[in-house]
Amino acid sequence: MRRVQVRKTHKLFIGGAFPRSESGRTLVVEGANVARASRKDLRDAVRIARQAGAGWSGATAYNRGQVLYRLAEMMEARRGALAAACRGKDEVDRAIDRVVWYAGWADKLAQVIGSANAVAGPYFNFTVPEPTGVVGIVAPAEPALLGLVSRLAPPLVGGNTVVVIASDAHPIAAVELAECVATADVPPGVVNILTGLRGELAPWLAGHMDVAGLDLAGADGDAAELERLGAENVKRIVRGKADEQSPYEIAAFLELKTVWHPVGF
Amino acid sequence: MATAPALPGGFELPLEPRLPRLGSVDAVGLEERALALSRRSIKKGAKVFALDLAIRAMDLTTLEGADTPGKVGALATKGVRPDPSDPGVPSVAAICVYPNLVPAALARTRGTGVKVASVATAFPSGQAPLEVKLEEVRAVVAMGAHEVDMVIDRGAFLSGRYAQVYDEVVRAREVCAGKAHLKVILETGELGTYDNVRRAALLAIAGGADFIKTSTGKAATNATLPVALCMLETIRDVYEDTGRVVGMKVAGGIRQAKQAVQYLVQVHETLGVAWLTPDRYRIGASSLLNDILMQLRKERTGRYQNPDYFTVD
Repeated sequence: MRRVQVRKTHKLFIGGAFPRSESGRTLVVEGANVARASRKDLRDAVRIARQAGAGWSGATAYNRGQVLYRLAEMMEARRGALAAACRGKDEVDRAIDRVVWYAGWADKLAQVIGSANAVAGPYFNFTVPEPTGVVGIVAPAEPALLGLVSRLAPPLVGGNTVVVIASDAHPIAAVELAECVATADVPPGVVNILTGLRGELAPWLAGHMDVAGLDLAGADGDAAELERLGAENVKRIVRGKADEQSPYEIAAFLELKTVWHPVGF
Repeated sequence: MATAPALPGGFELPLEPRLPRLGSVDAVGLEERALALSRRSIKKGAKVFALDLAIRAMDLTTLEGADTPGKVGALATKGVRPDPSDPGVPSVAAICVYPNLVPAALARTRGTGVKVASVATAFPSGQAPLEVKLEEVRAVVAMGAHEVDMVIDRGAFLSGRYAQVYDEVVRAREVCAGKAHLKVILETGELGTYDNVRRAALLAIAGGADFIKTSTGKAATNATLPVALCMLETIRDVYEDTGRVVGMKVAGGIRQAKQAVQYLVQVHETLGVAWLTPDRYRIGASSLLNDILMQLRKERTGRYQNPDYFTVD
C-alpha cells in the first residue's frame, strides 16, 4: 500500500518541549528546514533553565548519573538517526561512550575536586563543589555530535542547567540529540537547545545577566567580543575544545565552597 | 436605601428589583475582545511609556499574615524609590497594607507623594457584622490612610440581597467622605458570571465608590482580562450616560510586565487616555514591580536581566 511518509520538522528544544521559534522563522541547512531561534526564544530558554536549576542541582549525584546513563541508552536506541546527522557510526559510538564516561563522574566529583582541608583549630574545613548555575554553550561545528556532547555533558553532570546554541553549519545533530534528551528522564528545562544563527543569538546569551557560565567552544572571530559581554556579570567563561574528555571540564563550571564546622565530641 | 449618585438611564433606584433583569453581558464577545486586545504588540518607546505608567499607577501591596512593620517599611521605601540605580524610575502610587500596618507605611512615605491604602471591612471575606466593618474603616481613616480598599459581602450579593451590599458601600462611603478614597473590591472570582460582575460594579458605583477593584488576591481566581474589560465597560457606560468618573483597579495575579501592559491597552481602548493616570487607574501588585524594573533596565542596558540583582522587598 502506498503511504505518505511523515517528515520530521526540526524544531527547538525548550523546557522539555519542541516548539517552533516564536518568530516563526526557519533556515534551510543541510537540506532541511531548521527553526531559526530569535533572542526571545533565547530569553525564554534561559528563564526556564534557571527555574529548572533548583531541581537539577538538588538532585542526588546518583540520580544525575543515572539520568546521564539513560541519555546514553537513548542515544544507543537512535544510533541510525544520530549517525546520519554526523560523520557516522564511529562518531556516534564515541559520543555515547563520552556520555557514559561523564555519567560515572556524577558521584565522584565531591571526592576528587573537593577536599578536607587541614586547619589549625578544632574545626573541620571542607571544600565542596557546587554548580555554577545556567551555563550557555556555543556549540562547536565539528565534530557535530561528539563536539556537542563533549561540551554538554560536563556542565550537566556538575548540576548546571544549559542553554545550547547549536552550530550554524550542523544543527541537525543537535536536534537529534534533543530527541534523545527528551526521552532520557532529563527534567524539563535542564537542557535547552536552540538552532539558528550563532551571530544573532550568541551576543544575547553572552550579555544575559542570568547566565552564570559560558562555553565558547564554537565561537571563532567573535570570541573576544562575547567574552567582553560576559564580563559584565563576571561569568565563568571557557573556550572549550571540541573533543576533550577530562574531569577538569566538569570543574570549569563548578564553584568551590569552603565551609567550617566545629569538631564534635 | 439611601439616595444614590447618578446612574445610567434604565438603572434608576430602587436597584434591587431591576438588577436581576439588567440584561446580560455577551460573554463570548467579551472574551474575544479581551483576547484580541491582549495581542497588541507594544514595543520600544510605547513599552517604556507603559511600564513607566504601570509603576506610577501601582499599589505596591503586601497582605500577608506575616507582615511586620519592618517589612512594610522596607516595601514603602522601595515604593518611593523602586530602582535606586536609576533616578528616572518614578515612585509607585500607593502602598497597600493591612490596617495595623498603616502607621508603619505612613512613617516611610510621609512627604514623598506616595499614598497609603489600607484594606478594611473584614478583608478578604467581608463576612462580619456591618458595625465591625464600619468601625474598621473608621479606624484606618483615623490612622491616616489615604485610601480604603473595602470588600463587598459576596455572601449577601450571591443570595440576592443587593440592597445590603449597596447599603454597606454607602455606609463605608459616609465614613470615608472627604478623608479617604474608597475602592470597592468586587472579588470577581467569586461572583461566577460576567452578568454578576456588571451588577456588582453598578451597585458599587451607585453606592459611591471612587474606584472599583477586581479582586482581593486571596481567591482562587484573580483578575482576568475579560473581567477587567467588563468592569471598564461598565465604567464607560456610567461615564457616557452621566459624566461621572469612576476609577478602576486590577489586582491579583499580575506578576509580569507583559500582563500589566495588556491591562493598560484595555484601558486605553475602552476609556481612552484620560484614564491612563494614577488618579483613575491602579494596578495592585507586589512581584510585578521587580519584573517591570527588569524590563526597564533591559531597555536601558540592552541586556536581559537577572532577578538576583533586584531587591526582594
